[in-house]
Amino acid sequence: MNQDLRKERAAASFNPELLTHVLDGSPENTRRRREIENLILKDPDFQHEDLNFLTRSQRYEVAVRKSATTVEKMRKFGIADPDEIMWFKKLHLVNFVEPVGLNYSMFIPTLLNQGTTAQQEKWLLSSQRLEIIGTYAQTELGHGTHLRGLETTATYDPETQEFILNSPTVTSIKWWPGGLGKTSNYAIVLAQLITQGKCYGLHAFIVPIRELGTHKPLPGITVGDIGPKFGYDEMDNGYLKMDNYRIPRENMLMKYAQVKPDGTYVKPVSNKLTYGTMVFIRSFLVGEAARCLSKACTIAIRYSAVRHQSEIKPGEPEPQILDYQTQQYKLFPLLATAYAFQFVGAYMKETYHRINKDIGEGDLSELPELHALTAGLKAFTSWTANAAIEACRMACGGHGYSHCSGLPNIYVNFTPTCTFEGENTVMMLQTARFLMKSYDQVHSGKLVCGMVSYLNDLPSQRIQPQQVAVWPTVVDINSPDSLTEAYRLRAARLVEIAAKNLQAEVIHRKSKEVAWNLTSIDLVRASEAHCHYVVVKLFSEKIPQIQDRSVQAVLRNLCLLYSLYGICQKAGDFLQWGIMTESQVTQVNERIKELLTAIRPDAVALVDAFDFQDVTLGSVLGRYDGNVYENMFEWAKKSPLNKTEVHESYHKHLKSLQSKL
Amino acid sequence: MGSPVHRVSLGDTWSKQVHPDIQSERHMQSFDVEQLTKILDGGAQNTALRRKVESIIHSDPEFSLKDNYFMTQNERYEAACKKKFHIQMLAQRLGWSEDSRELGYAYRSLSGDLALGIHNIFLKSIRSLGSEEQIAKWAPLCNKFQIIATYAQTELGHGTYLQGLETEATYDAATQEFVVHSPTMTAIKWWPGGLGRSATHALVLAQLICSGARQGMHAFIVPIRSLQDHSPLPGITVGDIGPKMDFDHMDNGFLQLDRVRIPRENMLSRFAQVLPDGTYIKLGTAKANYLTMVVTRVDILLGEVIPMLEKACVIAIRYSVVRRQSRIRPSDPEAKVLDYQTQQQKLLPQLATAYAFHFLASSLLEFFHRSYSSTLDKDFSLLPELHALSAGAKAMVTDFCAQGAELCRRACGGHGYSKLSGLPSLVTRVAASCTYEGENTVLYLQTARFLVKIYLQAQESPGSTSQRSLPQSVAYLTAPDQTRCPAQRAADFLHPELYTTAWAHVATRLIKDSAHHLQTLMKSGADWHEAWNQTTVIHLQAAKAHCYYVTVKTFTEALEKLENEPAIQQVLKRLCDLYALHGILTNTGDFLYDGFLSGAQIDVARTAYLDLLILIRKDAILLTDAFDYTDQCLNSALGCYDGNVYERLFHWAQKTPTNTQGNPAYEKYLRPLLQSWRSRL
Repeated sequence: MNQDLRKERAAASFNPELLTHVLDGSPENTRRRREIENLILKDPDFQHEDLNFLTRSQRYEVAVRKSATTVEKMRKFGIADPDEIMWFKKLHLVNFVEPVGLNYSMFIPTLLNQGTTAQQEKWLLSSQRLEIIGTYAQTELGHGTHLRGLETTATYDPETQEFILNSPTVTSIKWWPGGLGKTSNYAIVLAQLITQGKCYGLHAFIVPIRELGTHKPLPGITVGDIGPKFGYDEMDNGYLKMDNYRIPRENMLMKYAQVKPDGTYVKPVSNKLTYGTMVFIRSFLVGEAARCLSKACTIAIRYSAVRHQSEIKPGEPEPQILDYQTQQYKLFPLLATAYAFQFVGAYMKETYHRINKDIGEGDLSELPELHALTAGLKAFTSWTANAAIEACRMACGGHGYSHCSGLPNIYVNFTPTCTFEGENTVMMLQTARFLMKSYDQVHSGKLVCGMVSYLNDLPSQRIQPQQVAVWPTVVDINSPDSLTEAYRLRAARLVEIAAKNLQAEVIHRKSKEVAWNLTSIDLVRASEAHCHYVVVKLFSEKIPQIQDRSVQAVLRNLCLLYSLYGICQKAGDFLQWGIMTESQVTQVNERIKELLTAIRPDAVALVDAFDFQDVTLGSVLGRYDGNVYENMFEWAKKSPLNKTEVHESYHKHLKSLQSKL
Repeated sequence: MGSPVHRVSLGDTWSKQVHPDIQSERHMQSFDVEQLTKILDGGAQNTALRRKVESIIHSDPEFSLKDNYFMTQNERYEAACKKKFHIQMLAQRLGWSEDSRELGYAYRSLSGDLALGIHNIFLKSIRSLGSEEQIAKWAPLCNKFQIIATYAQTELGHGTYLQGLETEATYDAATQEFVVHSPTMTAIKWWPGGLGRSATHALVLAQLICSGARQGMHAFIVPIRSLQDHSPLPGITVGDIGPKMDFDHMDNGFLQLDRVRIPRENMLSRFAQVLPDGTYIKLGTAKANYLTMVVTRVDILLGEVIPMLEKACVIAIRYSVVRRQSRIRPSDPEAKVLDYQTQQQKLLPQLATAYAFHFLASSLLEFFHRSYSSTLDKDFSLLPELHALSAGAKAMVTDFCAQGAELCRRACGGHGYSKLSGLPSLVTRVAASCTYEGENTVLYLQTARFLVKIYLQAQESPGSTSQRSLPQSVAYLTAPDQTRCPAQRAADFLHPELYTTAWAHVATRLIKDSAHHLQTLMKSGADWHEAWNQTTVIHLQAAKAHCYYVTVKTFTEALEKLENEPAIQQVLKRLCDLYALHGILTNTGDFLYDGFLSGAQIDVARTAYLDLLILIRKDAILLTDAFDYTDQCLNSALGCYDGNVYERLFHWAQKTPTNTQGNPAYEKYLRPLLQSWRSRL
């Protein structure tokens, strides 16, 4: 092991193993996770070829091969629990990108949620066994977030009892679905249902797209890969154009809405249940933000402990770059953020399961808030993590630009989280809508509960509107609870301002919708402040629950750093409304520097506690053993460009350049 | 309205018509776009010449960029070699010299997608560090590509810090040779462009050791590949450093030297010499060359970095008037996404930044060129300021351009993730600029060091002499300072003097604070170096505020020169206002901190900012058209002049190799998978 890392690990103030247990939820979870990971690492059938040296088409092929072995091995190892499947796939697939993934994450769940018993009997078993591989086709070339804008049509023909599917325009071509390009032979297609001359809005249809046996597109279907992307090389995101393509009436998912053989449309009983899936996916994405940022921090911090550069004092040996204040200032707040998001992710998952139980018992009361909260937190955590991962990459200097660092790969595969499953700005505005509703509710004299209950305390509700200078502002910058309070005040203030500006625009513009658009910057700010408060709150509530004293102490420092760094970045908000004074802001800046120094000796142990296998990190710079340079050299030699000593382009181009000039 | 021929250039049969949604944006022209293009080009003659060169380049299929997104690293490198070869032939045929405007425009139209980019840096280094004989020997070889050269400085374990480099060149008086050697793993040269597969010679930076004494860094010409068959020479281990985020066209390489012997004459000897007997002689300082380096740094900003943000803006803004999504009013059709306030807030400040940087870099270059004469007279007094300006400008411009391009990419939603949008490559290209040519934090701190020094000097001798000699870019440090901003109404925030003063105030305060922090620590016993490291976070902040101030100030000065173009002046002034206010509103804490702005004033500034978004929105397409990038150069399915986004995206996707070639994965894995159960049933 590299000497620097050995020293770092020896000097840590706490046992990282105990922190790993906290992150996994229990020592038992840690044990089982490692057991599953070892099954993969020890199995000779699992080759971990370096994806960086492969072409896109090769990467796709590897991914398909891995999908095939996944099915077989999970059956063999008896892995069926959702968490265990996740642990398995995350290590096995490395990037967690899987061409048959949508079959499990969208096709089957949609069939279960929206299909009749007969439909489930027909398709469920074969899709679970991958006799058919399904995908889910919603977004179109010209339409994304706004579902009602989708143009694909499904027109019912009572004579043949079939639906006729059409992509009437270029913009209506289905675009982006994963696994659609090359892999799937079925798709659940979202289309505007037209029957008896009337459009009834979006419905889901099971559509065969490729011929069983030959895998060729069926007549009337144009299907293919949408081409190279920023990342997701392993995934064949695809397009689908349908031209008077007929499917039987029974292929419309009819658990809720129905079309009778004669073409009569039967309305669905209202269902909020689809909320559930969205909430699940978004809370999963919060966890992903935590995970990807944790990986990036692991790489950047280990490398910064191995890398020596320049001098702090002349004549002394080059210090580890982690000893530079600027490097600590770049990385430690991000490390603190990674921990914050880990706990938020765990909270979201718990809440989802809890509420899911309530829903099962018919209690939907918490769903609207949870729906609003997951939307905002998905946006807040993915935006933050996105910028933070890139900051980690930059903190590794030139070497961060090489694929051997693993950081470009983490970035390009994480960044679509900001736009998929609901574009982030749109998500923030959904949360804002809930905040405005809650504000109005308080304004009309009703109390609100849950995370927004702070709106009940707005002084303008009790005393008089507008004046805020009278707020109590005794913030103890060493107390996580007191800092939570400061964030709470900031959120309350920004929600109030957005609400008032919205109100003013409504009066001025005489159109609620136009007013909404003209206030949307304020609304997004309010949502961000709300989410920031929630993250700080969840992090600080976690601290007293930690049993080991030394682990608690180091997490407390991270929690303080996370909260104080946010105040420093958004100092204007805290100053403008008198939540903090000028001298407190100065103290915050000083305290941050002290915390950097305090965290420095534990930095490597803190990333070790994330407990990533080297295979998962996919990084030469972030290796556990810290033997960075010799392995970079070995890695580079494997590059296809080094296959021959003299590159073919020498003979083709360079030689003639030399002779012709 | 006819579309200018030079813009509609992809010649797709189905795109004869300009999309009505982008057409309508060009309907009402509040200013003369063509005239703005000429201003950006620095004169009508330049515009004409640029377009002429572009039409030559684009009419030659050898220079097509259209397959770039489908190529492997290997193929990209090969294509870049091929283009380099063709452009040299073209330049020879048309008489374009190495530093000509024509060749510069040709590079611009090819987005720099050429191999051997570092060859020229070798040549420039020989000219500035070599003796007359060395220049006479090596320059012609370079010019005729008898040799292909690179510049090898950074090592596997060492970057920014020159003194830390480990490669050694030990003089052997017996044979009159230098023995160039990589003593450790970390000493392997790493990253030089063109080294991986192309170069025959490298200019190697190494520690000179002669007569047992270490004399510091010097430059040595080391032959690395055979001029006969291109194979590595004895003692040389050389290759490509492997896949990167981008720069696939460039073969960044590694070089391990195992006691390689080169003749004494291969040490560049304008400023230092080793005599045959091993005596080391210094021949003056390389200070005069410093200006060249500083100019190169800003040239890169103007020629490579800023255009990437400009292109990202062109693509994202054009796409945002064609893309329609949701409704603003239930009764209306789906709205153009650029009509959403949040979309304007994402994109328009980037557009303003691109313009601000254009004027910043142009004015810096002008200033540097004016300073040439004094350095030629061996007056180096301007150098510290020039250095601080170029370091800070490089750090800020690359930082903002990288973030801005990525913001533009994400503002295009899912389609921005497709390489066919052109945005991912812009992002990954511009991202590299943050760490090459000096890591940005290091550069900001160099600027900060200058600012602290100047500030302390001004404090020590408050007499008139020191004030008179305060360099122009920091003169504000001793100017009378306001303690409160006088603005009352939104319109007040549209006065250049008002926001320039606001930025000067914040920069001054931060510089003062950082100097005081430093002094306090030193008074309490820390030595200077320790104290410096303990205060770098605030130095960084101060340097950033200073650079922002300089940009705002330069932009307002550039506007003053546009008196004869009132319409253009008006539209650019809005961008300048937006740039200044955007900075204030994203850093409100700095302005509220000492009460310079009140909370109420921040609210008023925000109102002014929101009003500006609406005004700039109207001219957004025209402002991107004015950059005058051809469709070939943009190479984007989303950003073409005609706005036919969806047809092009569909068309391009169908042509990708994944669709035109077979699917080996089906036969190998999918079929068995699909049938595994059936066979058992």
